[in-house]
Amino acid sequence: MAVETKAKKVEKAPKVADPIQSSIDPATQEMIKRAQELGIETVFDRAVTMKPCNIGMQGICCKNCAMGPCRLPLPKGGIEGEDTRKGLCGATANTIAARNFARMVAGGAAAHSDHGRCVAEVFLSVARGESHDYKIKDREKLLDLAPHFDVATTVEVDGEVKDRNFDEVAVEVAEKALNEWGRAEGELYNLKRAPAPLYEKWKKQGVCPRNIDREIVEIMHRTHMGVDQDYKNLVKQCSRAAIADGWGGSMLATDLQDIVFGTPYPVQGEANLGVMKEDHVNIIVHGHEPVLSEMIVAMCQKPEIVEYAKSKGAKGIQLSGICCTANEIFQRHGIPYAGTFLQQELAIITGACDAMVVDIQCIFQNLANVAKCFHTKLITTHPIARMEQDNVLHIEFDEHHALEDAERIVRLAIDNYSNRGAEVMIPQHKSVAIGGFSVESIKYHLGGTFRGTYYTLNDNIINGRIRGIAGVVGCNNARTRHNEAHITVVKELIKNDVIVLTTGCNGIACAMEGLLTPEAASVYCGPGLAEVCETVGIPPVLHLGSCVDNSRILLAATEVVKAGGLGKDICDLPAAGSAPEWMSEKAISIGHYFVVSGVYTIFGYHLPVEGAPVFQKYLFEELENMYGGMWDLEADPIKHARKMIAHIDKKRKELGIDKARERVLMSMEDRMKLESA
Amino acid sequence: MSRLVAFAAIQGGYNIVSKVEGKYQRALETYNADTKVGFPNTAYYLPVIYSLLGLKVETLEDMKKPLEVARKLLPPHVKGKNHLPYLGPLLDAGMAALFAFEIEEAIRYLEDPDFYLFSEEIDQEAGKIWLGAADDTVFRKRGVEFVDGSAPGFAAIVGAAPDPETAKMIVEEYQRRSLYIFLAANQNGTTVAEQLLQAGVQIGWNTRIVPFGPDISSAIFALGFANRAAMAFGGIKAGDYNKMLHYNKDRIYAFVNALGDVNAEWAAAAAGCVNWGFPTLADTDIPEILPTGICTYEHVVANVSHEEMVQKSVEIRGLKVTISQIDIPCSFGPAYEGERVRGADLHCQMGGGKTQATELVKMAEMNEIEDGKVNVVGPDIKELKEGETLPLGIFVQIAGREFQTDFEPIIERQIHHLINYIQGVMHIGQRDISWIRVSKQAVEKGFTLKDIGVVLHAKFHQDFGAIFDKAEITLYTKQEDVDELTKRARAEYKMRDERVEKMRDEDVEIYYSCTLCQSFAPNHVCTVSPERTGLCGAYNWMDCKASYEINPTGPNQPIEKGECLDPKLGQWKGVNEFVQKASRGAVDHYNFYSMVIDPMTTCGCCECIAAMLPACNGVMTVNRDYTGETPCGMKFTTLAGVMGGGASSPGFVGHSKFNVTQRKFIKGDGGLLRMVWMPKSLKDEIKERLDKRGEELGYPNLYDMIADETVGITEEEILPFLQEKGHPALNMEPLVG
Repeated sequence: MAVETKAKKVEKAPKVADPIQSSIDPATQEMIKRAQELGIETVFDRAVTMKPCNIGMQGICCKNCAMGPCRLPLPKGGIEGEDTRKGLCGATANTIAARNFARMVAGGAAAHSDHGRCVAEVFLSVARGESHDYKIKDREKLLDLAPHFDVATTVEVDGEVKDRNFDEVAVEVAEKALNEWGRAEGELYNLKRAPAPLYEKWKKQGVCPRNIDREIVEIMHRTHMGVDQDYKNLVKQCSRAAIADGWGGSMLATDLQDIVFGTPYPVQGEANLGVMKEDHVNIIVHGHEPVLSEMIVAMCQKPEIVEYAKSKGAKGIQLSGICCTANEIFQRHGIPYAGTFLQQELAIITGACDAMVVDIQCIFQNLANVAKCFHTKLITTHPIARMEQDNVLHIEFDEHHALEDAERIVRLAIDNYSNRGAEVMIPQHKSVAIGGFSVESIKYHLGGTFRGTYYTLNDNIINGRIRGIAGVVGCNNARTRHNEAHITVVKELIKNDVIVLTTGCNGIACAMEGLLTPEAASVYCGPGLAEVCETVGIPPVLHLGSCVDNSRILLAATEVVKAGGLGKDICDLPAAGSAPEWMSEKAISIGHYFVVSGVYTIFGYHLPVEGAPVFQKYLFEELENMYGGMWDLEADPIKHARKMIAHIDKKRKELGIDKARERVLMSMEDRMKLESA
Repeated sequence: MSRLVAFAAIQGGYNIVSKVEGKYQRALETYNADTKVGFPNTAYYLPVIYSLLGLKVETLEDMKKPLEVARKLLPPHVKGKNHLPYLGPLLDAGMAALFAFEIEEAIRYLEDPDFYLFSEEIDQEAGKIWLGAADDTVFRKRGVEFVDGSAPGFAAIVGAAPDPETAKMIVEEYQRRSLYIFLAANQNGTTVAEQLLQAGVQIGWNTRIVPFGPDISSAIFALGFANRAAMAFGGIKAGDYNKMLHYNKDRIYAFVNALGDVNAEWAAAAAGCVNWGFPTLADTDIPEILPTGICTYEHVVANVSHEEMVQKSVEIRGLKVTISQIDIPCSFGPAYEGERVRGADLHCQMGGGKTQATELVKMAEMNEIEDGKVNVVGPDIKELKEGETLPLGIFVQIAGREFQTDFEPIIERQIHHLINYIQGVMHIGQRDISWIRVSKQAVEKGFTLKDIGVVLHAKFHQDFGAIFDKAEITLYTKQEDVDELTKRARAEYKMRDERVEKMRDEDVEIYYSCTLCQSFAPNHVCTVSPERTGLCGAYNWMDCKASYEINPTGPNQPIEKGECLDPKLGQWKGVNEFVQKASRGAVDHYNFYSMVIDPMTTCGCCECIAAMLPACNGVMTVNRDYTGETPCGMKFTTLAGVMGGGASSPGFVGHSKFNVTQRKFIKGDGGLLRMVWMPKSLKDEIKERLDKRGEELGYPNLYDMIADETVGITEEEILPFLQEKGHPALNMEPLVG
């Protein structure tokens, strides 16, 4: 890296990004060019003009006290013999990198979990009948979930077992769920939903989270100057906080969102900037929580609102989404994607975005600067996420007046339609996508009402048609070519018969590339996976939702374990996880909870651990002995995918399914030996 | 191209459900809503709906709910491009179609009660070739063959072959593999059943070729048969669809052959069958579904040639079958066991009152006999003209280090079914009253008496090879030889009977388990003692002993009966321990001699079920062939439903017909003298032994004291009869203490 930077200094760095080098997506390329024509700077240009800090990148800059920042660069070619690097207080490279890593886990876990808390609060107010704009949509899921929270769903009346009052069940679940953030004793309820051997490992390692908030607070404490200075002990706390995210805050967010907004079942939608319509009022929701966007969806479908839009000269309202808000409304309603994280500025630059409504996480502050160049109303809605620029409107969204607030926002957008300038340019690129694969809907589609079971998937893994399962997730990162690693990794995996579960911006990237269609199977997949996709009628890449919905992948993996034939724990499965273009702290938390749940997890770009080789080795190798999963890093997307495949093959061998399965013909004697049904 | 299958099947599902909804509406207009509906003589209502949904359809009104379920199951149609997943919807559409089929057939039974012939055999002359739903008697009798493995599975054939010869070839190939063949649906008005009749093949339950009906909806009877087996023998509870369908996938080796063009309705039916794990093989070019998962192997396989159909079907279902390869001119196998040789087909016969025919198996010294030698002493069939008769003596000599004289009757008893296994030859009776009828077809193929010897030698070696080394068979057809053999045989029979009669439970330390049914009833374990023969009637203590010697790891294991815990009720420590282990913890003890206190379990294949009649202070028993009402308020089939599946049900016990006259029969409850009612046919069948046992007990006229259906079918009706006859049960201590 250092060499490259020097070389470029000599040449004099270009001022703006090369559109083709910035993204593999033609819509994005066109819009970068368009922005440059209009003289509007975007993240792509800034990535060219501002280089990342090389030491920070490697995780070895400590600024946790005012004696620092202490920077401990790793010499070129590494260190032979004793590593004598230390900060003023004596903190080693391992301690510094581990503390920084831990704070990223804390940041990520906090983001997911605070999102979850917000959903839990809405759920409680719905359960108590205090919020009339939301309803419980999936009653069955609530009843399925109740036992995990030790909530009875039946009562005994005069010796007869009867269904318990539903509202009572809902309130008790809501209260117990909300209590998970601060429970004083015990451990999180959801932990027992993991396969038993995994839970036992967590017990043995002492990493069962006590409550969600506490583990995050404890990271902040431990990483304060002069507290925890043993990288292994720090990683242990990372594990505890990450589990509190994946199996705690995120899982609660997913489950409760499903209960209130409906569990996703397959839907069709479209993806990319081309979904915006010049003659429609374009409203883009961006951020993460469906609490707001669900209401906007409902409002945009109201006939009187559509009429209102028409009265303003528009043909209708085109709602679309960016980032995980988009994932949430896509998986539940088929509302189209305007784009990924890196396309947020570009959506405004089309000149057709009448309002962009944002809530929390992954929102560029530069949106305000871009919006200033157009008529676009940028509306922040969340009390914890505001912007300093004065053209930003803040309409605080309150679940007790949800529809009212949504109506205000949508009318504002409609009123703004007539303020558009002449310079509308919407790139005509979009793809069809099928999404909405929840744990429940996958189960249904693997065999219907009567035979729905993950065993259908397992059977095809055992017989070798499917080589393994990959979770490919995560953000975009302007330091890498937009969507290139996402798409290359996914295509390489499906080409090798690995079925891909996707969430987050990887999901959107795959949608834009057309990989979320059943037709993609015959084009991109190996023959085995293609055949299974054809049989079930699914795309080779299954879209499981937003970034909190990575918890769906954990539960899907658990279902696969339970269905049998592929070992007893998640770490036994021929499976791997990947975040090829990660950038947020949430990704680190996700990565870590996958690792400590037993998944081989590989990141692209780089990881801020490279400056502390001993700590890195601990994450990349030694964790496997404790949890069965480990971290890895590979920037080259093809090598990245091959490493995942190699891990999958290793697991297949361990399971003894690396050879072709024989057709067993059963005689009567064989049948008599069958276990009791 | 699963999408095309899904598209068609979902379309088919809609068509079928809509059509049946219409039929239902019309039926409601014609009949009252409370009109009784259902299939004949069954305790399982409409069995597919009952087993999967737990809904009992007894009236027209009751059909509404399952029809609503079917309608709700119908998924959205599959789009041509960018479609949503369809495997789950496809299977649901199939299931919806099947529920609708079952209702359609029940409506047919209501509107056109004579459409199907209520019989095990067709009446070709009357044009009644469709048998419809198997009633519980047939289902239990035939179900047992699935349980014990003599029928490894069934092929459901829908449509019609291109010509009768092809139909015959396919079906006979299945027969040779001992599978049942269930026939349904037509192809442009032609059916396999009619093709078989044209080709001269006997069809009906007795030849394992069952013509259910001419429409695709009648295929539902095959699934109803399978699900009843799962309920009756597997103990699967109605409504537990998950267990039900997995039981079928793992234990019932069935599949579908679609002959001819597959329309949308067939596609829906095939999709429905996939829920059971039953794949479809077609002879036409339809889209295939090869990946595994719901079925054990492929789901839909197309373009299968008729020559390969049978082999491929069996392979794709994952079934191992053996074909008896025996060097005789006729086909051979269990499927021919029930085949008749009728007057018009008869070439010649032996025994049966026309001449003497006798069978005897005797142990010989190793050096006395030559293995595989078949001697025919006297004239053979070739020399007979049509309609002529011969006397016959079948003398089998067996030698080997492991052989014991105790095994002689066991081997001898095989002669009946083994000769019956020959296509075109029929065997009735045993010992010195046997009767063999040989058809013209068999003689045309070149059948001679020597072939009987060939069959016996080969099959004895195959089945009993572990206990002997040599077998020589002699067939006598000269009167004086037959007379001499008969004389010797009668002396042997007498000796044997006395030996068995004398055996007491107290005399042996070893009882035998029988877990033959565990392929179907995983929790059930029988224990067989000398005085309590197997409840299916097929296995006595000696059979079990032989079976163990033949196959030491097989289903009959010796049990050291151990310490006697209760001599009156018949409970032993060693037996309890074994039962607990073999039933996988489901049952930890039971009594041999009581039906009141913790009786022995049954898998559901018992010959008879005894039940208490408290008002008469006695018990009754009913055999499964009797379909009428009984004084306990339940028919056999209802009783079997109450207590099958390996559960111990106080107040009821399953037993064999023979067991009724064994000394220990419900001895703990007062013994045979408690017996106050049994069907007349059963009473007559065992009259001789009943008289003998009654005499031993001091009631030589016990036969006359036991009421039957001619006296009454309620306790109130039979009590005055018992009082009048002075039945001993009335004066015994109360049955329930």
